[in-house]
Amino acid sequence: MLSDIQVEPTVRAGARAVLPLAAAIAVLGVSFGALAISSGLSPLAAVVMSATTFAGSAQFAAVSILGAGGSVGAALGAATLLNARYAAMGLGLLPALGGERWKRLLLAQLAVDESWAVAYLGDGRFSRERLVGAGLVLLAAHVAATALGTVAGGHFVGDPAVWGLDAAFPALFLVLLWPHLQRPEGRMAAASGAAIACALVPFAPAGVPIVAAALGSLVGSRSR
Amino acid sequence: MTAGWLVVILVGASSIAIKGAGPLLMGGRAVPPGIVPVFKLLAPALFGALVVTQAFARGRELTLDARLAGLLVAAIGAHLRAPSFAVVVGAAAVTAALRFFAR
Repeated sequence: MLSDIQVEPTVRAGARAVLPLAAAIAVLGVSFGALAISSGLSPLAAVVMSATTFAGSAQFAAVSILGAGGSVGAALGAATLLNARYAAMGLGLLPALGGERWKRLLLAQLAVDESWAVAYLGDGRFSRERLVGAGLVLLAAHVAATALGTVAGGHFVGDPAVWGLDAAFPALFLVLLWPHLQRPEGRMAAASGAAIACALVPFAPAGVPIVAAALGSLVGSRSR
Repeated sequence: MTAGWLVVILVGASSIAIKGAGPLLMGGRAVPPGIVPVFKLLAPALFGALVVTQAFARGRELTLDARLAGLLVAAIGAHLRAPSFAVVVGAAAVTAALRFFAR
């Protein structure tokens, strides 16, 4: 159960907590590998991108824009916007990272939505050990699945919607959100973030509504 | 260099810089204590936004489709404290089944 292992600050507990999510990440990685090939990336480029960028939504955006004939600049812009939330997440992790500057820079690379959530201990604190455990499991799953996807090409997964994969992700984020809903300020922050994002979806490029929703945390902190 | 490799290198560099911005710029300084309550609420605010955009957005439109059934299953599962893997797989399976039978 998520609540049992959520508080134990060890690498092992972090890895265990993220395992169910790693399966979903792996399915996504396979589709990324297949899409990258169809967009004209070499298999090596696709795998290098998963290992260095390590942010599924940004990778999907960049490669699909390129495949549709978009510019390198447009691909970079969309990916950067989609990644902007990681600047805020990196700040949250800061007190937990410690150590040399280059070590902090390296550890911060392991932060994706799911590993960041698993590393969260409550009360604004994060566990470096849980980040490392969860981040390494997800990175390994992401890179290996991408490689598999480049081999399997477009024939393996087909349309993700047929498998309900597009519903797996909101479900996953709802599971991660659930413990925060126990407190009134958590409910207020979640509702504000959701409302801001919904209001911006028709007007803003993909990724921007998520960034703007960070303001929901200010609304939540005022409500206490 | 092909456009593909250029995107791989530029997006990779941008991503590494964004994730490392906090740790690099803040150095070893402590985070001001007034900011902690806000950090604490970043997770619910962003998760709330991710739930609704992933469940209801299609491009720049907000729509209700089979994903809503998956989200309801997930809410029930989370309320019953079911294992997260079962919740996620259940949501995907219900959505896929609904689409299959609605065709």
